[in-house]
Formats: sequence, structure tokens, C-alpha cells
Amino acid sequence: MALRELNSLERFLGLKKANKYSTQGGKKVPVLQNNNGPALTGLVTIACHLVKEAKRPELLGDDAEQRAVVQQWLEHRITKLDNCSKEEVKVILKDLNRYLEDKVYLAGNVFTLADILMYYGIHHIIVELAIQEKECYLNVSRWFDHIQHYPGIRHHLPPVVVLRNRVYPSGHH
Amino acid sequence: MKLFIGEGNPHCLKVLAALELSGVRCETQLVKHEEKVVPYLTHPVLPILQLPSGQHLFSPNSICQYLFDVSGQKATDATNQWLEWEATNLQPAVLQSLQLVALQGKRVEAAAVMKEPLSWLEQSLSKRKTSFLTDEVVSVADVVLWAALYPLLSDSAFEPGDLQAVRGWFERVCSVSACQSAALRVLQGKGAEALKSFLQKQPVTHTPRRDSPSNSTEAEDSERELSPEEIEEAAQVYSEGLKDFTVVTERKHPVLPQEGKRNVLITSALPYVNNVPHLGNIIGCVLSADVFARYGRLRGWNLLYICGTDEYGTATENKAREEGLTPQQICDKYHCIHASIYQWFQIDFDFFGRTTTQHQTEIAQDIFWRLHERGFLLEDTVEQLRCEGCQRFLADRFVEGECPHCRFPEARGDQCDKCGRLINAVELKNPQCKVCKETPVIRSSKHLFLNLPKLEQDLEQWLQTSTAAGDWTTNARHITRSWLRDGLKPRCITRDLKWGTPVPHPDYKEKVFYVWFDAPIGYLSITANYTDQWERWWKNPQQVELYNFMAKDNVPFHSVVFPCSLLGAQDNYTLVNNLIATEYLNYEDTKFSKSRGVGVFGDMAKDTGIPSDVWRFYLLYLRPEGQDSAFSWTDMALKNNSELLNNLGNFINRAGMFVSKFFDGCVPEMLLNDDDKRLIAQVCWELKQYIQLLDKVRIRDALKCILNMSRHGNQYIQLNEPWKKIKGGAEDRCRAGTVTGVSVNVACLLAAVLEPFMPTVSLSIRSQLQAPESSSRAMLSGPGAFICTLPAGHRIGTVSPLFQKLENEQIEALRKRFGGLQPEEESAGLKTPSNSSVAVESKPNAGAAQHTPASVTADPERAKQLTALVAEQGEKVRALKAQKAEKSAIGVEVAKLLDLKNQLCLAEGKTPEPPAQKTKKK
Repeated sequence: MALRELNSLERFLGLKKANKYSTQGGKKVPVLQNNNGPALTGLVTIACHLVKEAKRPELLGDDAEQRAVVQQWLEHRITKLDNCSKEEVKVILKDLNRYLEDKVYLAGNVFTLADILMYYGIHHIIVELAIQEKECYLNVSRWFDHIQHYPGIRHHLPPVVVLRNRVYPSGHH
Repeated sequence: MKLFIGEGNPHCLKVLAALELSGVRCETQLVKHEEKVVPYLTHPVLPILQLPSGQHLFSPNSICQYLFDVSGQKATDATNQWLEWEATNLQPAVLQSLQLVALQGKRVEAAAVMKEPLSWLEQSLSKRKTSFLTDEVVSVADVVLWAALYPLLSDSAFEPGDLQAVRGWFERVCSVSACQSAALRVLQGKGAEALKSFLQKQPVTHTPRRDSPSNSTEAEDSERELSPEEIEEAAQVYSEGLKDFTVVTERKHPVLPQEGKRNVLITSALPYVNNVPHLGNIIGCVLSADVFARYGRLRGWNLLYICGTDEYGTATENKAREEGLTPQQICDKYHCIHASIYQWFQIDFDFFGRTTTQHQTEIAQDIFWRLHERGFLLEDTVEQLRCEGCQRFLADRFVEGECPHCRFPEARGDQCDKCGRLINAVELKNPQCKVCKETPVIRSSKHLFLNLPKLEQDLEQWLQTSTAAGDWTTNARHITRSWLRDGLKPRCITRDLKWGTPVPHPDYKEKVFYVWFDAPIGYLSITANYTDQWERWWKNPQQVELYNFMAKDNVPFHSVVFPCSLLGAQDNYTLVNNLIATEYLNYEDTKFSKSRGVGVFGDMAKDTGIPSDVWRFYLLYLRPEGQDSAFSWTDMALKNNSELLNNLGNFINRAGMFVSKFFDGCVPEMLLNDDDKRLIAQVCWELKQYIQLLDKVRIRDALKCILNMSRHGNQYIQLNEPWKKIKGGAEDRCRAGTVTGVSVNVACLLAAVLEPFMPTVSLSIRSQLQAPESSSRAMLSGPGAFICTLPAGHRIGTVSPLFQKLENEQIEALRKRFGGLQPEEESAGLKTPSNSSVAVESKPNAGAAQHTPASVTADPERAKQLTALVAEQGEKVRALKAQKAEKSAIGVEVAKLLDLKNQLCLAEGKTPEPPAQKTKKK
């Protein structure tokens, strides 16, 4: 799973030479075999490394504040979102929905690596949502739809239909 | 900028150290644990850094990173990697181990939890030449890791083993003054003790492998360390192959206890006859007991599994009146329904009987007389309502009236449905006979009571030995203990009814036994109907081990009341040794309800078209062990598709297909290398776990072991790629042969371990593989052994797929059919009236914005369902169009959509319109 995600990221970043990956342990943590340095372990670590390699540092944030926010959501993705239980999913979606109320992207007004990895990580959850649930998490759905249509992001994942107009009456959330 | 911290919060350690070290100026504020600082987070967390822009950072590591970043130390690949490892690997272990130390004082267990991450750190540090993790100076990585470990490593009583490099590094970071002052501020010199109140508020973390109710199967499959000796031993056992294992002959009825054997008697709580059992009943009793019984037979125990319908009592009389039949006719009818449902679920009883038999009368009356002779019965007068019109005393359920507590007008004679309080029937205001509606009069009537207080001492003595030696589930122990703690009172054993076992005492001619006294005796009488030598099971505690299976509401009758009857009768009865009680199974976040038509009932399961084995699998997968669980259609489809189809079925099918495609259906030669031996050892370890768990009746956990076996198998095939190697040179082809051979043997083991859970699937694997008769028994004997039961040259049969995919549409249709529709809406309507479901229903829906609100003839419930269907169908049409599907195919779906829209209009009380233009633009 993580490996496909990294391949998609590579394609988005336009990295030409294919990297070699392996996985470690039962949780299948990705490992990047690096020719000019020690191997790198961990999805976020490798993703950040690829972004730097592609000379796209703006994807990690332009200033210290933004960089910290990006890191925070990357960490959120791997510690909270991955392997969360059904009950936790609801809280995660609810919190994210409130957070995104006044934001276009996770780091505010600019698109960053946090959007990409959160999108990859949350996809399997959004796919399972009923239309009505998607409407409950309106801001998440809007953000998700936005990211899946961002050029060059989706790659290995099927599109998820998000309705633009509301089907259900409001008042449920 | 402002930093919010909490008292005794270990996460604050790192941010305080980083703050001082970075020299950034920032105000800090101490807030309470439960105080909400970040408005958008549901659960309050600390520490929080409020950035100059007003944004909040709620991840301690990101806060540290930020502080280092603004002071000029940017993140590098190396620091990122350590921070990621800390967050994903170290932190969960630290939290669990801190809880063990501070809350339970278990330092040895805590050290075991920390072993893996600490030895990884030790390895990494000993390879480095720098003083700190990434450099010669302290970086953010050092602060973060040090702070995580500090509360443990600074505790002198915590012994994590020999960690030279870690100790050296730890001391160096400790000597940094910023770290010292942060440590003092958070722990205040009290060590992990200072974190106690914080840790108590955290959810208890378990070892990820067992006991975790988490749905993520992938997380559970943590690698287990296998020692070289273990691996070698497993490979040795495997290679020895199947020795002459005496094939045991067919079960011969009647099964009777045998000298020198393990004699196991299994009962499942007797289902009450007047209703069709729902899924919760099935998993709670008969299915759980069936898995254990099948397992026991495979293990070679001498085992008898009996059950039957409980038929006497008021509820049957009521039902009979409702349906215009006699109680006997009702029992006959429903007994057949029960029997056929259990047959469909493949419940392999040795005997499925009933309680309305002559044996029941004889045995119940015998126990009664023995209790009477020994002075364990009391006589008392009870005031009761009597209906002069019907010429009889009215049992609780035959009388209705106004609740004396809440004035609810339709309270029953035993309980008020509105306020839930227990009522004594004579307290009802304006009582009415349920049958003739006349007002009953109060008359006194003599009754017999079982003198439980007199038996209490004997009971406690027996309970002590039984619960100590046997397997009693935690809930069974709790419930029993709380009954004893409250003190036992005499319990009435007679009732003024006709449909029951008659009381033989001349003074009580008109009365029958109360069902709770009568029903458990059913176990004995049903066995007596099975064999005239029933006493060899039931009056033989020396030779027989008794297992009772039930849901938790039935515990007191099996652990207190019935044992008292048997103890008082003093006839060397077999008493329960192992009491297995489940929690409740809910239906899609609500309760099963026959009256509301919510939930799946036994007779409907087969109409779903989903095979009995898949039902068994899913019910067992979510067997409510330890806590309530809930049946969910989506989850069922998911588990079927991910676990059965993609994991288990995929592996077994591939293993078999390789044999038939590449090796002409003959198992190839196997030359084991280290990879093969490792797999064999892994599978063998899972097998031993499986046996240990099932011996303790941990049915759900044992099922996970099976899935782990095939998961290991899939990984093994994936890694070794026999389908590629078969096309290579001689060496590669030989390798392909070994991998195929080992895989197909794992498949054969899977057939064995699946038998208790999915008997039909097990049988078809065995016939596809032409597995030797004795293979299952051989592998499941003793502690368990994974043996090469299909040796080189063994010819297998025709291989075919075992499972089918459950499609979304199919599942959605089933969900609708069985109610529990849109559980969110329902729960919103029931539980939180503030969400005003009424207002929601009467509003026109936005999909048809120009429509007027629903008129009087409208059906808002139906409209809601249709709205969902329209949306779904619309989605389907759009998807087809997007895929550029064939015109005709699209046309069919569009027609369905239009039809649904018309229905929706009707349900909303409107005349259907020709398709509006705007629908196109959705």
C-alpha cells in the first residue's frame, strides 16, 4: 500500500529514475534503498526526501509555521489515520471537517505534501462512506474532491463520486 | 505565541526542553487535562503551541520541530526519520509501558514491552560514531527520543537489560541543562508516579496482537521472533510426515462416558420455543457451542453435545392464544422451525430435544421430592390476582394495569415498559385480565420456595473449586459474584398455570413448576430422551466435564439457582465445570427487534443467498467475547471480500492451482531451505496458538490465527513467485516445486483448523486436495503439529474457488430488506431529540428543491428511502457514462432512475413530472 503511494508521488513529482523500495516488519514500513547514503525508513521521511529531491521545497511549506503544520498533518496521517478503529474514524473525520471549515488545503491556502498523503491515506475511508455521510463531512468531501482532481495526484486510486449539490436536508450535524 | 501545557503530562517534557534549548521566547500556560484549547478537536490534547498566526500545533513533535526550525536548525532526512520512528513505534510502546509501571507497578512486563524498540535504538546507536543521534550536537531527534524515554530510563527499578550505547547517549542528553529543568518541571522528582493521573485518562493500550477489538487485520499481523531452534524443530516435525495415525471410526450413538478418556458434556442454553431465534441468539449459544464441540471431536475427546427447545411457560400459552392453537401445537410448530434453522447453520448436535416430555416430568418431580425430603423447600402464602371470569390466577403477563410508579396505563404484571421498574402484580392500579378484560380480585395462594439461603454455604464451597479449576468467562464470574454478594433469598418454584410440569405434591395439585426451576432440568431430560443411560453423564462428576454455553443474561440460573437445586437434591449430580457466557450482539448499532422487523432472524439467513459457512464465519469473527459487538452488513461484505476471498480463499486456491497446472496434479518434491522452514515454523506457531486459545474457548481469537496462517502463506507465495520460477532453469523449477508443495500442505492444515468454523468449506478443501482421512486429527492432537500430510507424489483432485464476492448492491439491498436502514438517522431520532428528526422529515429534500412540502397522503419514510435510492442510481448512471459504457446498458439504468424518481414524487404526495431539464446537470 505505502509503496504504491510512493510510486504515485514519484510520478506526480516527475521523478525520472525509479527508486528501489522494500518493506520492513509486519506493518510493512517502506524502506528506500539510497545509492548515495544510508537507507531511509518510514513513509513520511521518504516522501519528504522525494520532495526535496524533486526540488519542490514549497510542498513542505514556505516558512517555519507552514512547515510545522505540514509535518503535523503528515504525522497525523501515519499515527492516527492509519490502522484506526471504526469509532476513531468518526472522530477523525469530525475533527478534520471542523478544521477544514475555513481552509482550502490542510496548510491553509497552499497545496502541500500534507494534502497528498492525507488524500492517499483517507481514500479507503471516503470510498466506504454513504452519500449521506459524505454530506455530514461536507468540508472533508469538498477538500477530498479538490485533491483527487488536482492534476497528477490520483494515479493508483479510483475516483470517488462526491455530489456537488446536497441530497439530504441539513440539520444532522 | 503561547504554549499550553498540562500537569504531569509526559508529552510536555519534550516541548519544554526544546523551548528552552531553542531560546525562543514564548509564554507558557498551565491548563487542566480536560480543557479544550483547540476548538476543532473533539478530545482535548496537550501540549498545544499557538503560533503567531493564531494556528494551533497539537503534535508535540511538530512543536519541537518548529522551535528548532525558527532557531535555525532545519529538519533533515535523519531527524525526520527519528521523529517518524518515535511517533509510530516508540510512543505506543512507551505509553503502554508507562501505564504498566505507574498504574499497575508491573516493571518486568513494562520492560518486555520496551525490549523491541530499545534494542533497535541500541543497534542504531552502536553503529554511529557521533555523540548524538544525528550529529555531534543535540538535535530535535535527541530531545524527542530522550523525552519519550526519560520517565522510564530515569527509574532505577526499571530494568530494560544491557543497553550500553543507549545508556551513554541518554546520560549525555540528560546533562543538557534545558533537559534537566524540563524533567524537573514535569516529573517534579517523583518519576513515573507524577504521570499517574494523566495515564489513567488514556485508553488502556493492549499488546496489538490479542484482545484488541480493532478491525485492522493488518496491524495484528506483527512479526513474531522465532528462534533458530524453533524453526529447525518445526521443519523436523513437518518432514517426518504423517505416521500411522489410527483412523477413528464414525461417531457411534449413544455416546457414553468412557474410562481413560476425556469425557466432555456440552450444553447450549435451551432456546425458548415461542419465537424464531435471531443472529444474537445463534452466536450466543448454539453456534459457539457447536464450534467447541466440533473442535473437541477433532481433538479426539469423547464428547456429547445436547440442546433442545424450552417449551413450558406463560409465553407459550400466550402465543397459543394469539395463533388460535393449543400450547402443544405451538410447541410442535416452533420446535420444527428451530430444528431446521440450526440444521441450516450446520449445528451438529448429538441430540436436539425438547422439554415437554415424560422424562422431564419424572426427573423434575424426582428432584422436587428429594429437595422436599431434605427440607430445602419453604411454604409461603402469596397475594395474587385472580380472574373470576377465567377461573384462574393470573400470571404476571396475563394482567395489565396502571404503573404504581409512573402511571403508565399499560404496565405489565411483572414490569413497567415505560419506567422499567419491577412491579408486583397486586400493586397495579386498575388491573385488567388480558384475556377477558375483566377486573381481577386479590386472593391469596400457597406456594413453594426453594430455600437458597440454606444452600448458600454448599454453593459457595462448590463455586470456589469450580471457578478455580475450570474456564469461566469473566462476565460469568462477575455476575455470579454480585448475586452472592447481594445475598440469596428464597425463590418461588411454583406457579398457577396449566402449561408446565405438574407439581406432584397433593397440596399443590393445580400448580406447575416455575420455568426457571424446570427449564435447566431440560438438559437432563433431553439426555434421557437420547439414551436411557443418561445418568452416566449427569450423575458422574468424577468422569464428566460439563461445559454450559449461554448469553450473559442466563448466567445466574446456571451458576447459582440450578446448582442449588442439584446440590440440595444430593444425588451426585454433575455440576458445571466451565461456564461460557457471551455478551450481546447488536444489529447495526441498534437492537434486534422482532416487532419492529429490525435484524436478521434465523429463518431469513438462508434467504439471503449467502452461504451458511459465510454466516458462521462472520458471526464467529465478531463473537461478542469480552464486550458487546454489532452486526453490520457493510462489514460483513468487507470481511467476506478481504478475509475469505482475498486472503483465505485466494491462498488455498493458488496453492491447489499451482499443483494442478504446473505439476499435473501431483505434489512435487520439497527441498526445504531457510525461507521454507521459517514459514513452516510461523504456521506451526499459529497452530499452537489456535489450540491453546480453543482449549480455553477463545473462539474469536482462534479464528484470527487461521487467517494469520493463510496470510503468512500468501506472503510466502508472493515472495517466492513459483509461477515465474517454473519457467526458469532446473534449480528454479525445483524451487517452484518446493514452494508449491509447502503451500498446498499449509492449505491442507487450513482445512483441518477450519472444520469447527466452516465445516462445508473445510470438507470441500479436503476433497479438492484428496486429503488423507487422518490428517486433521493428526495435526490437531496434543499441542498441535504442522505435518507434511500431502507428501511428494500425492495426487490432488479438481481445484475450484471456495468463496464468492459480495457485491455492494447486493449488500445494500439486504440492508434495506432487513431494516436497520440508515442507522444514523434512526439513532438521531431515538436518542437525541434535539436533532429534531421530525423537522427533518417534514422538510422537502434538496434534491427536488422546487417541490412543495409533503402533503398529507405522502409517506415521508418511504420518500427518504427513495431519495437515497435515487441518489445511488444516479451515481451508477454517471459512473456508466464516465466509463463510456454501451448505450443500451446506460439506457436500462436510466429507465430505472426515472422510475425511482416517479416513485419518489408519489411518496412525496406529488404527481410525477416528465423528467426535468435540470436533472441532467447534476
